[in-house]
Amino acid sequence: MRQGVVYINTNFSSVSGFDAERDSMRTCLLSPLPSLPFVSSQPVPLPFPMAHGTTTLAFVFQGGVLAAADTRSSCSGLVACPASQKILPIHSHLVGTTSGTSADCALWKRILSRELRLYQLRNGRRLSTSGAAKLLSHMLHPFKGTELCVAATLCGWDDHTSLSGPSLFYVCSDGSRLQGTLFSVGSGSPYAYSILDQGVQWGLTVAEATSIAREAVYRATHRDAYSGNCVDVYHVTSQGWTRRTREDLKEEYYREKESRRQTHEAEKKML
Amino acid sequence: LGLKMLSAQNFGESGKMKEYHYAGPTEHRFSPYAFNGGTVLAVAGEDFAIVASDTRLSEGYSIHSRDSPKCYKLTDTTVLGCSGFHGDCLTLTKIIDARLKMYKHSNNKTMTSGAIAAMLSTILYSRRFFPYYVYNIIGGLDEQGKGAVYSFDPVGSYQRDTYKAGGSASAMLQPLLDNQIGFKNMEGVEHVPLTKDKAVQLVKDVFVSAAERDVYTGDALRICIVTKEGIEEQNIPLRKD
Repeated sequence: MRQGVVYINTNFSSVSGFDAERDSMRTCLLSPLPSLPFVSSQPVPLPFPMAHGTTTLAFVFQGGVLAAADTRSSCSGLVACPASQKILPIHSHLVGTTSGTSADCALWKRILSRELRLYQLRNGRRLSTSGAAKLLSHMLHPFKGTELCVAATLCGWDDHTSLSGPSLFYVCSDGSRLQGTLFSVGSGSPYAYSILDQGVQWGLTVAEATSIAREAVYRATHRDAYSGNCVDVYHVTSQGWTRRTREDLKEEYYREKESRRQTHEAEKKML
Repeated sequence: LGLKMLSAQNFGESGKMKEYHYAGPTEHRFSPYAFNGGTVLAVAGEDFAIVASDTRLSEGYSIHSRDSPKCYKLTDTTVLGCSGFHGDCLTLTKIIDARLKMYKHSNNKTMTSGAIAAMLSTILYSRRFFPYYVYNIIGGLDEQGKGAVYSFDPVGSYQRDTYKAGGSASAMLQPLLDNQIGFKNMEGVEHVPLTKDKAVQLVKDVFVSAAERDVYTGDALRICIVTKEGIEEQNIPLRKD
Protein backbone atom coordinates (compact mmCIF):
# COMPACT_ATOMS: atom_id res chain seq x y z
CA MET A 1 0.00 0.00 0.00
CA ARG A 2 1.68 3.20 -1.10
CA GLN A 3 1.01 6.35 0.81
CA GLY A 4 1.25 9.95 -0.29
CA VAL A 5 4.52 11.86 -0.25
CA VAL A 6 3.36 14.03 2.63
CA TYR A 7 3.10 11.23 5.19
CA ILE A 8 5.98 9.24 6.57
CA ASN A 9 5.49 5.64 5.44
CA THR A 10 6.02 3.58 8.59
CA ASN A 11 3.27 1.07 7.91
CA PHE A 12 4.71 -1.99 6.19
CA SER A 13 2.14 -4.73 6.16
CA SER A 14 4.24 -6.92 3.88
CA VAL A 15 7.88 -7.10 4.88
CA SER A 16 9.04 -8.30 1.49
CA GLY A 17 7.60 -5.28 -0.34
CA PHE A 18 10.74 -3.15 -0.39
CA ASP A 19 10.46 0.27 -1.91
CA ALA A 20 12.39 -0.04 -5.14
CA GLU A 21 12.90 3.73 -5.45
CA ARG A 22 16.41 4.60 -6.53
CA ASP A 23 16.19 8.20 -5.42
CA SER A 24 17.71 8.19 -1.94
CA MET A 25 16.02 11.40 -0.80
CA ARG A 26 12.57 10.05 -1.44
CA THR A 27 13.62 6.74 0.07
CA CYS A 28 14.53 8.50 3.31
CA LEU A 29 11.24 10.34 3.35
CA LEU A 30 9.11 7.34 2.44
CA SER A 31 10.49 3.96 3.44
CA PRO A 32 12.49 3.19 6.56
CA LEU A 33 13.54 -0.25 5.27
CA PRO A 34 16.79 -0.41 3.29
CA SER A 35 16.23 -0.93 -0.41
CA LEU A 36 18.42 -3.36 -2.33
CA PRO A 37 21.92 -2.03 -3.13
CA PHE A 38 22.10 0.83 -5.63
CA VAL A 39 25.23 -0.36 -7.41
CA SER A 40 24.72 -4.00 -8.25
CA SER A 41 28.10 -4.85 -9.81
CA GLN A 42 30.72 -2.92 -7.85
CA PRO A 43 30.01 -1.90 -4.27
CA VAL A 44 31.17 1.52 -3.16
CA PRO A 45 34.42 1.27 -1.19
CA LEU A 46 33.76 2.56 2.31
CA PRO A 47 36.12 5.06 3.88
CA PHE A 48 35.39 3.87 7.42
CA PRO A 49 35.30 0.50 9.22
CA MET A 50 32.17 -0.99 10.77
CA ALA A 51 31.84 -2.09 14.40
CA HIS A 52 32.58 -5.83 14.90
CA GLY A 53 33.99 -8.26 17.44
CA THR A 54 32.25 -9.66 20.47
CA THR A 55 31.54 -12.56 22.82
CA THR A 56 27.93 -13.59 23.30
CA LEU A 57 26.54 -16.85 24.58
CA ALA A 58 23.21 -18.44 25.46
CA PHE A 59 22.12 -21.79 26.84
CA VAL A 60 19.00 -23.61 27.98
CA PHE A 61 18.64 -25.27 31.39
CA GLN A 62 15.93 -26.30 33.81
CA GLY A 63 15.42 -22.71 35.03
CA GLY A 64 14.86 -21.19 31.56
CA VAL A 65 17.30 -19.61 29.13
CA LEU A 66 20.38 -17.65 30.13
CA ALA A 67 21.99 -15.16 27.77
CA ALA A 68 25.26 -13.33 28.47
CA ALA A 69 27.42 -10.94 26.47
CA ASP A 70 30.33 -8.53 26.85
CA THR A 71 29.85 -4.81 26.22
CA ARG A 72 32.76 -3.76 24.02
CA SER A 73 31.97 -2.37 20.58
CA SER A 74 35.18 -2.14 18.54
CA CYS A 75 35.90 -0.53 15.20
CA SER A 76 39.12 -1.89 13.65
CA GLY A 77 41.38 -1.32 16.61
CA LEU A 78 39.53 1.47 18.38
CA VAL A 79 36.96 0.84 21.09
CA ALA A 80 34.01 2.76 19.72
CA CYS A 81 31.93 2.14 22.82
CA PRO A 82 32.88 0.40 26.07
CA ALA A 83 29.30 0.19 27.30
CA SER A 84 27.21 -0.98 24.41
CA GLN A 85 24.20 -3.23 24.77
CA LYS A 86 24.50 -6.52 22.93
CA ILE A 87 21.48 -8.29 24.40
CA LEU A 88 18.31 -6.61 23.20
CA PRO A 89 14.88 -7.46 24.55
CA ILE A 90 12.43 -8.07 21.73
CA HIS A 91 9.31 -8.62 23.78
CA SER A 92 8.45 -9.67 27.31
CA HIS A 93 9.45 -13.32 26.78
CA LEU A 94 12.11 -13.05 24.09
CA VAL A 95 15.59 -11.58 24.09
CA GLY A 96 18.15 -11.66 21.32
CA THR A 97 21.92 -11.54 21.54
CA THR A 98 23.60 -9.62 18.74
CA SER A 99 26.91 -10.15 16.99
CA GLY A 100 28.28 -8.75 13.74
CA THR A 101 27.74 -5.17 12.67
CA SER A 102 26.00 -3.34 15.54
CA ALA A 103 23.88 -1.11 13.29
CA ASP A 104 22.57 -4.14 11.35
CA CYS A 105 21.75 -6.02 14.56
CA ALA A 106 20.04 -3.04 16.25
CA LEU A 107 17.90 -2.13 13.24
CA TRP A 108 16.90 -5.69 12.31
CA LYS A 109 15.99 -6.46 15.91
CA ARG A 110 13.81 -3.37 15.86
CA ILE A 111 12.11 -4.54 12.67
CA LEU A 112 11.64 -8.00 14.20
CA SER A 113 10.02 -6.52 17.35
CA ARG A 114 7.60 -4.59 15.17
CA GLU A 115 6.65 -7.65 13.12
CA LEU A 116 6.19 -9.80 16.23
CA ARG A 117 3.97 -7.17 17.81
CA LEU A 118 1.87 -6.99 14.64
CA TYR A 119 1.57 -10.80 14.67
CA GLN A 120 0.47 -10.69 18.29
CA LEU A 121 -2.18 -8.06 17.57
CA ARG A 122 -3.51 -9.89 14.53
CA ASN A 123 -3.52 -13.40 15.97
CA GLY A 124 -4.12 -12.86 19.68
CA ARG A 125 -1.06 -14.83 20.76
CA ARG A 126 2.72 -14.42 20.76
CA LEU A 127 4.69 -16.03 17.99
CA SER A 128 6.91 -18.89 19.17
CA THR A 129 10.69 -18.52 19.30
CA SER A 130 10.94 -20.91 16.36
CA GLY A 131 8.54 -18.74 14.38
CA ALA A 132 10.40 -15.56 15.30
CA ALA A 133 13.69 -17.14 14.19
CA LYS A 134 12.13 -18.19 10.89
CA LEU A 135 10.71 -14.70 10.37
CA LEU A 136 14.11 -13.09 10.98
CA SER A 137 15.84 -15.59 8.73
CA HIS A 138 13.39 -14.94 5.89
CA MET A 139 13.66 -11.15 6.32
CA LEU A 140 17.46 -11.35 6.04
CA HIS A 141 17.44 -13.69 3.05
CA PRO A 142 17.07 -11.01 0.31
CA PHE A 143 20.29 -9.46 1.62
CA LYS A 144 22.37 -12.63 1.31
CA GLY A 145 25.55 -11.84 -0.56
CA THR A 146 25.63 -8.20 0.55
CA GLU A 147 27.80 -6.98 3.38
CA LEU A 148 25.01 -7.21 5.94
CA CYS A 149 26.30 -9.14 8.95
CA VAL A 150 23.92 -10.31 11.67
CA ALA A 151 24.56 -13.37 13.89
CA ALA A 152 21.93 -13.49 16.58
CA THR A 153 20.65 -16.03 19.06
CA LEU A 154 16.99 -15.73 19.98
CA CYS A 155 16.28 -16.89 23.54
CA GLY A 156 12.68 -17.19 24.52
CA TRP A 157 10.06 -18.94 26.53
CA ASP A 158 7.05 -20.38 24.66
CA ASP A 159 4.01 -21.16 26.74
CA HIS A 160 1.15 -21.68 24.39
CA THR A 161 2.27 -24.35 21.95
CA SER A 162 2.28 -28.04 22.72
CA LEU A 163 6.04 -27.88 23.32
CA SER A 164 6.14 -25.12 25.91
CA GLY A 165 9.27 -24.19 27.77
CA PRO A 166 12.63 -22.56 27.05
CA SER A 167 13.78 -22.34 23.47
CA LEU A 168 17.00 -21.19 21.77
CA PHE A 169 17.67 -20.51 18.08
CA TYR A 170 20.71 -19.25 16.21
CA VAL A 171 20.01 -17.08 13.14
CA CYS A 172 22.72 -15.80 10.82
CA SER A 173 22.59 -13.44 7.85
CA ASP A 174 24.18 -16.08 5.62
CA GLY A 175 20.97 -18.06 5.96
CA SER A 176 21.55 -20.46 8.88
CA ARG A 177 18.76 -21.10 11.34
CA LEU A 178 19.59 -23.68 13.98
CA GLN A 179 17.87 -24.85 17.12
CA GLY A 180 20.10 -25.84 20.01
CA THR A 181 20.71 -25.90 23.74
CA LEU A 182 24.02 -24.01 23.79
CA PHE A 183 25.40 -21.37 21.45
CA SER A 184 28.27 -18.92 21.62
CA VAL A 185 28.82 -16.35 18.87
CA GLY A 186 31.59 -13.92 18.09
CA SER A 187 35.35 -13.55 18.08
CA GLY A 188 35.58 -14.68 21.73
CA SER A 189 33.32 -17.70 21.30
CA PRO A 190 36.07 -20.38 21.25
CA TYR A 191 37.17 -19.29 24.71
CA ALA A 192 33.59 -19.17 25.96
CA TYR A 193 32.83 -22.63 24.53
CA SER A 194 35.67 -24.17 26.52
CA ILE A 195 34.15 -22.97 29.81
CA LEU A 196 30.57 -23.75 28.83
CA ASP A 197 31.22 -27.26 27.48
CA GLN A 198 32.79 -28.12 30.80
CA GLY A 199 29.98 -26.91 33.05
CA VAL A 200 26.61 -26.52 31.33
CA GLN A 201 24.03 -29.22 31.97
CA TRP A 202 20.26 -29.30 32.26
CA GLY A 203 20.09 -29.58 36.08
CA LEU A 204 21.93 -26.37 37.01
CA THR A 205 20.43 -23.94 39.50
CA VAL A 206 19.96 -20.33 38.45
CA ALA A 207 22.90 -19.21 40.58
CA GLU A 208 25.21 -21.88 39.12
CA ALA A 209 24.15 -21.11 35.57
CA THR A 210 24.70 -17.37 36.07
CA SER A 211 28.11 -18.06 37.51
CA ILE A 212 29.15 -20.24 34.55
CA ALA A 213 27.89 -17.73 32.00
CA ARG A 214 29.72 -14.91 33.73
CA GLU A 215 32.91 -16.96 33.98
CA ALA A 216 32.76 -17.85 30.28
CA VAL A 217 32.45 -14.20 29.24
CA TYR A 218 35.18 -13.22 31.69
CA ARG A 219 37.66 -15.76 30.28
CA ALA A 220 36.80 -14.80 26.71
CA THR A 221 37.27 -11.09 27.41
CA HIS A 222 40.62 -11.85 29.03
CA ARG A 223 42.00 -13.57 25.92
CA ASP A 224 40.13 -11.95 23.04
CA ALA A 225 41.23 -8.43 22.22
CA TYR A 226 37.90 -7.48 20.66
CA SER A 227 35.84 -8.41 23.75
CA GLY A 228 36.02 -6.66 27.06
CA ASN A 229 34.74 -4.16 29.57
CA CYS A 230 31.56 -5.41 31.29
CA VAL A 231 29.24 -8.42 31.21
CA ASP A 232 25.46 -8.39 30.85
CA VAL A 233 23.39 -11.40 31.90
CA TYR A 234 19.72 -11.88 31.01
CA HIS A 235 17.53 -14.70 32.30
CA VAL A 236 14.31 -15.70 30.52
CA THR A 237 11.66 -17.67 32.41
CA SER A 238 7.94 -18.25 32.11
CA GLN A 239 7.42 -14.89 33.87
CA GLY A 240 9.48 -13.00 31.30
CA TRP A 241 13.05 -11.77 31.13
CA THR A 242 15.07 -10.29 34.00
CA ARG A 243 18.38 -8.52 33.76
CA ARG A 244 21.24 -8.84 36.18
CA THR A 245 23.11 -5.59 37.00
CA ARG A 246 25.94 -4.96 34.59
CA GLU A 247 29.25 -5.97 36.14
CA ASP A 248 32.65 -4.49 35.35
CA LEU A 249 35.09 -7.34 34.73
CA LYS A 250 38.10 -5.27 35.70
CA GLU A 251 37.09 -5.76 39.37
CA GLU A 252 36.85 -9.52 38.84
CA TYR A 253 40.31 -9.61 37.32
CA TYR A 254 41.84 -7.82 40.32
CA ARG A 255 39.87 -9.97 42.80
CA GLU A 256 41.17 -13.12 41.16
CA LYS A 257 44.71 -11.77 41.01
CA GLU A 258 44.51 -10.90 44.71
CA SER A 259 43.18 -14.33 45.72
CA ARG A 260 45.89 -16.03 43.61
CA ARG A 261 48.51 -13.93 45.31
CA GLN A 262 47.15 -14.88 48.71
CA THR A 263 47.11 -18.62 47.96
CA HIS A 264 50.64 -18.30 46.60
CA GLU A 265 51.77 -16.62 49.85
CA ALA A 266 50.02 -19.29 51.92
CA GLU A 267 51.73 -22.05 49.91
CA LYS A 268 55.13 -20.43 50.32
CA LYS A 269 54.60 -20.26 54.09
CA MET A 270 53.72 -23.94 54.26
CA LEU A 271 56.96 -24.96 52.56
CA LEU B 1 41.53 18.03 -9.15
CA GLY B 2 40.95 14.48 -10.37
CA LEU B 3 44.43 13.43 -11.49
CA LYS B 4 46.70 15.87 -9.71
CA MET B 5 48.81 14.85 -6.73
CA LEU B 6 46.28 15.97 -4.16
CA SER B 7 43.38 13.93 -5.49
CA ALA B 8 40.98 12.03 -3.26
CA GLN B 9 42.56 8.73 -4.37
CA ASN B 10 45.78 9.52 -2.55
CA PHE B 11 43.96 9.61 0.71
CA GLY B 12 42.95 6.49 2.55
CA GLU B 13 40.68 6.33 5.51
CA SER B 14 40.11 9.56 7.47
CA GLY B 15 42.07 11.68 5.03
CA LYS B 16 45.55 10.58 6.02
CA MET B 17 48.03 10.39 3.14
CA LYS B 18 48.69 6.87 1.82
CA GLU B 19 52.19 5.44 1.34
CA TYR B 20 53.77 7.16 -1.63
CA HIS B 21 56.04 4.46 -3.10
CA TYR B 22 55.75 2.33 -6.22
CA ALA B 23 53.69 -0.79 -5.48
CA GLY B 24 52.81 -1.93 -8.95
CA PRO B 25 49.98 -0.73 -11.20
CA THR B 26 47.15 0.83 -9.23
CA GLU B 27 43.61 1.42 -10.27
CA HIS B 28 42.18 4.87 -9.75
CA ARG B 29 38.46 4.97 -9.36
CA PHE B 30 36.21 7.88 -8.66
CA SER B 31 35.40 7.93 -4.95
CA PRO B 32 32.08 9.48 -4.08
CA TYR B 33 33.40 10.32 -0.61
CA ALA B 34 35.79 12.99 0.64
CA PHE B 35 37.00 13.67 4.12
CA ASN B 36 36.46 17.24 5.27
CA GLY B 37 37.77 16.93 8.81
CA GLY B 38 36.42 18.52 11.93
CA THR B 39 35.73 17.38 15.47
CA VAL B 40 32.45 17.36 17.36
CA LEU B 41 31.90 16.88 21.07
CA ALA B 42 28.83 16.65 23.28
CA VAL B 43 28.45 16.54 27.07
CA ALA B 44 25.24 15.99 29.06
CA GLY B 45 24.78 17.40 32.54
CA GLU B 46 22.01 17.31 35.10
CA ASP B 47 19.91 20.02 33.42
CA PHE B 48 22.01 21.12 30.45
CA ALA B 49 23.72 19.75 27.39
CA ILE B 50 26.68 21.14 25.48
CA VAL B 51 27.45 20.49 21.80
CA ALA B 52 30.73 21.91 20.52
CA SER B 53 32.56 21.72 17.24
CA ASP B 54 35.51 23.35 15.56
CA THR B 55 34.84 25.44 12.46
CA ARG B 56 37.55 24.32 10.03
CA LEU B 57 36.54 22.79 6.72
CA SER B 58 39.50 21.09 5.07
CA GLU B 59 40.22 18.66 2.26
CA GLY B 60 43.65 17.07 2.03
CA TYR B 61 46.22 19.82 2.52
CA SER B 62 43.82 22.71 1.83
CA ILE B 63 41.47 24.59 4.09
CA HIS B 64 38.23 25.44 2.32
CA SER B 65 36.83 27.57 5.13
CA ARG B 66 37.69 28.73 8.61
CA ASP B 67 34.10 29.48 9.50
CA SER B 68 32.10 26.33 8.86
CA PRO B 69 30.66 25.19 12.20
CA LYS B 70 29.37 21.68 12.48
CA CYS B 71 26.62 22.27 15.04
CA TYR B 72 23.11 22.46 13.61
CA LYS B 73 20.18 23.60 15.70
CA LEU B 74 17.28 21.20 15.16
CA THR B 75 14.72 22.30 17.78
CA ASP B 76 14.77 24.55 20.87
CA THR B 77 16.03 21.64 22.93
CA THR B 78 18.19 19.69 20.47
CA VAL B 79 21.42 20.39 18.62
CA LEU B 80 23.06 18.02 16.11
CA GLY B 81 26.79 17.92 15.51
CA CYS B 82 27.97 16.19 12.35
CA SER B 83 31.47 15.77 10.94
CA GLY B 84 32.95 13.73 8.15
CA PHE B 85 32.03 14.38 4.55
CA HIS B 86 30.51 17.88 4.32
CA GLY B 87 28.29 17.04 1.33
CA ASP B 88 26.58 14.26 3.27
CA CYS B 89 26.33 16.49 6.38
CA LEU B 90 24.42 19.12 4.38
CA THR B 91 22.05 16.62 2.78
CA LEU B 92 21.45 14.82 6.05
CA THR B 93 20.56 18.03 7.90
CA LYS B 94 18.18 18.99 5.08
CA ILE B 95 16.44 15.64 5.33
CA ILE B 96 16.22 15.88 9.13
CA ASP B 97 14.74 19.38 8.92
CA ALA B 98 12.14 18.15 6.44
CA ARG B 99 11.22 15.18 8.63
CA LEU B 100 10.96 17.45 11.71
CA LYS B 101 8.52 19.69 9.85
CA MET B 102 6.49 16.68 8.66
CA TYR B 103 6.27 15.38 12.22
CA LYS B 104 5.22 18.81 13.49
CA HIS B 105 2.49 19.05 10.88
CA SER B 106 1.19 15.51 11.45
CA ASN B 107 1.40 15.40 15.24
CA ASN B 108 1.17 19.04 16.29
CA LYS B 109 4.16 18.80 18.57
CA THR B 110 7.93 19.16 18.34
CA MET B 111 10.02 16.02 18.22
CA THR B 112 11.79 15.11 21.47
CA SER B 113 15.55 14.41 21.52
CA GLY B 114 14.99 10.66 21.92
CA ALA B 115 12.58 10.58 18.99
CA ILE B 116 15.00 12.52 16.79
CA ALA B 117 17.74 10.05 17.68
CA ALA B 118 15.59 7.05 16.74
CA MET B 119 14.55 8.73 13.51
CA LEU B 120 18.14 9.58 12.59
CA SER B 121 19.06 5.93 13.12
CA THR B 122 16.49 4.80 10.56
CA ILE B 123 17.47 7.56 8.11
CA LEU B 124 21.12 6.49 8.28
CA TYR B 125 20.24 2.81 7.94
CA SER B 126 18.08 3.41 4.88
CA ARG B 127 21.42 4.07 3.16
CA ARG B 128 23.07 0.93 4.54
CA PHE B 129 24.74 0.03 1.23
CA PHE B 130 25.90 3.51 0.26
CA PRO B 131 26.21 5.17 3.65
CA TYR B 132 26.26 8.79 4.66
CA TYR B 133 29.88 9.35 5.66
CA VAL B 134 28.90 11.38 8.71
CA TYR B 135 29.68 10.93 12.38
CA ASN B 136 26.69 12.33 14.25
CA ILE B 137 26.25 13.33 17.85
CA ILE B 138 22.97 14.73 19.16
CA GLY B 139 22.92 16.80 22.35
CA GLY B 140 19.80 18.09 24.02
CA LEU B 141 17.33 17.82 26.86
CA ASP B 142 15.03 14.84 27.29
CA GLU B 143 11.36 15.00 28.32
CA GLN B 144 12.34 15.25 32.00
CA GLY B 145 14.64 18.20 31.33
CA LYS B 146 17.83 16.22 31.93
CA GLY B 147 20.77 16.45 29.54
CA ALA B 148 20.98 13.72 26.89
CA VAL B 149 23.68 12.85 24.37
CA TYR B 150 23.12 10.32 21.58
CA SER B 151 26.09 9.16 19.52
CA PHE B 152 25.84 7.43 16.14
CA ASP B 153 28.01 5.48 13.78
CA PRO B 154 27.72 6.19 10.03
CA VAL B 155 25.14 3.42 9.46
CA GLY B 156 22.76 4.17 12.29
CA SER B 157 23.84 2.25 15.39
CA TYR B 158 23.24 4.57 18.34
CA GLN B 159 23.00 4.80 22.07
CA ARG B 160 22.58 7.33 24.81
CA ASP B 161 25.76 8.50 26.55
CA THR B 162 26.86 11.12 29.05
CA TYR B 163 29.65 12.42 26.81
CA LYS B 164 31.07 11.59 23.39
CA ALA B 165 33.61 12.94 20.95
CA GLY B 166 33.36 12.31 17.22
CA GLY B 167 35.28 13.27 14.12
CA SER B 168 38.97 13.47 13.28
CA ALA B 169 40.29 14.07 16.83
CA SER B 170 37.82 11.73 18.55
CA ALA B 171 40.49 9.13 19.41
CA MET B 172 42.46 11.82 21.25
CA LEU B 173 39.55 13.47 23.04
CA GLN B 174 37.50 10.46 24.11
CA PRO B 175 40.10 9.12 26.61
CA LEU B 176 40.45 12.62 28.09
CA LEU B 177 36.70 12.87 28.57
CA ASP B 178 36.60 9.33 30.04
CA ASN B 179 39.06 10.50 32.65
CA GLN B 180 37.74 13.98 33.43
CA ILE B 181 33.99 13.42 33.21
CA GLY B 182 33.68 9.67 33.74
CA PHE B 183 36.48 9.53 36.36
CA LYS B 184 37.70 6.36 34.68
CA ASN B 185 41.15 4.87 35.22
CA MET B 186 41.69 6.74 38.44
CA GLU B 187 41.72 5.39 41.99
CA GLY B 188 40.30 7.06 45.10
CA VAL B 189 38.78 10.12 43.41
CA GLU B 190 35.62 11.85 44.58
CA HIS B 191 32.96 11.83 41.87
CA VAL B 192 31.72 15.43 41.88
CA PRO B 193 28.76 16.14 39.60
CA LEU B 194 29.57 18.30 36.59
CA THR B 195 28.41 21.93 36.72
CA LYS B 196 27.66 23.89 33.56
CA ASP B 197 30.56 26.33 33.97
CA LYS B 198 33.06 23.54 34.64
CA ALA B 199 31.77 21.64 31.64
CA VAL B 200 32.15 24.66 29.33
CA GLN B 201 35.70 25.27 30.59
CA LEU B 202 36.55 21.60 30.09
CA VAL B 203 35.22 21.68 26.53
CA LYS B 204 37.35 24.73 25.73
CA ASP B 205 40.48 23.12 27.19
CA VAL B 206 39.83 19.88 25.37
CA PHE B 207 39.47 21.59 21.99
CA VAL B 208 42.62 23.61 22.54
CA SER B 209 44.45 20.28 23.06
CA ALA B 210 42.83 18.82 19.95
CA ALA B 211 43.88 21.81 17.85
CA GLU B 212 47.49 21.31 19.02
CA ARG B 213 47.76 17.73 17.86
CA ASP B 214 45.20 17.20 15.09
CA VAL B 215 45.81 19.00 11.81
CA TYR B 216 42.15 18.90 10.78
CA THR B 217 40.95 20.68 13.94
CA GLY B 218 41.44 24.39 14.60
CA ASP B 219 40.50 27.95 13.58
CA ALA B 220 37.60 28.50 15.98
CA LEU B 221 35.35 26.70 18.40
CA ARG B 222 31.57 26.99 18.37
CA ILE B 223 29.88 25.93 21.61
CA CYS B 224 26.07 25.52 21.86
CA ILE B 225 24.79 25.29 25.44
CA VAL B 226 21.27 23.85 25.64
CA THR B 227 19.25 24.62 28.77
CA LYS B 228 15.56 25.01 29.40
CA GLU B 229 16.01 28.74 28.78
CA GLY B 230 17.13 28.07 25.24
CA ILE B 231 20.32 27.61 23.25
CA GLU B 232 23.27 29.91 23.97
CA GLU B 233 26.15 30.08 21.48
CA GLN B 234 29.76 31.01 22.15
CA ASN B 235 32.64 31.41 19.69
CA ILE B 236 36.22 30.99 20.87
CA PRO B 237 39.26 31.35 18.61
CA LEU B 238 41.64 28.39 18.24
CA ARG B 239 44.99 28.18 16.53
CA LYS B 240 44.84 28.82 12.82
CA ASP B 241 47.92 26.90 11.66
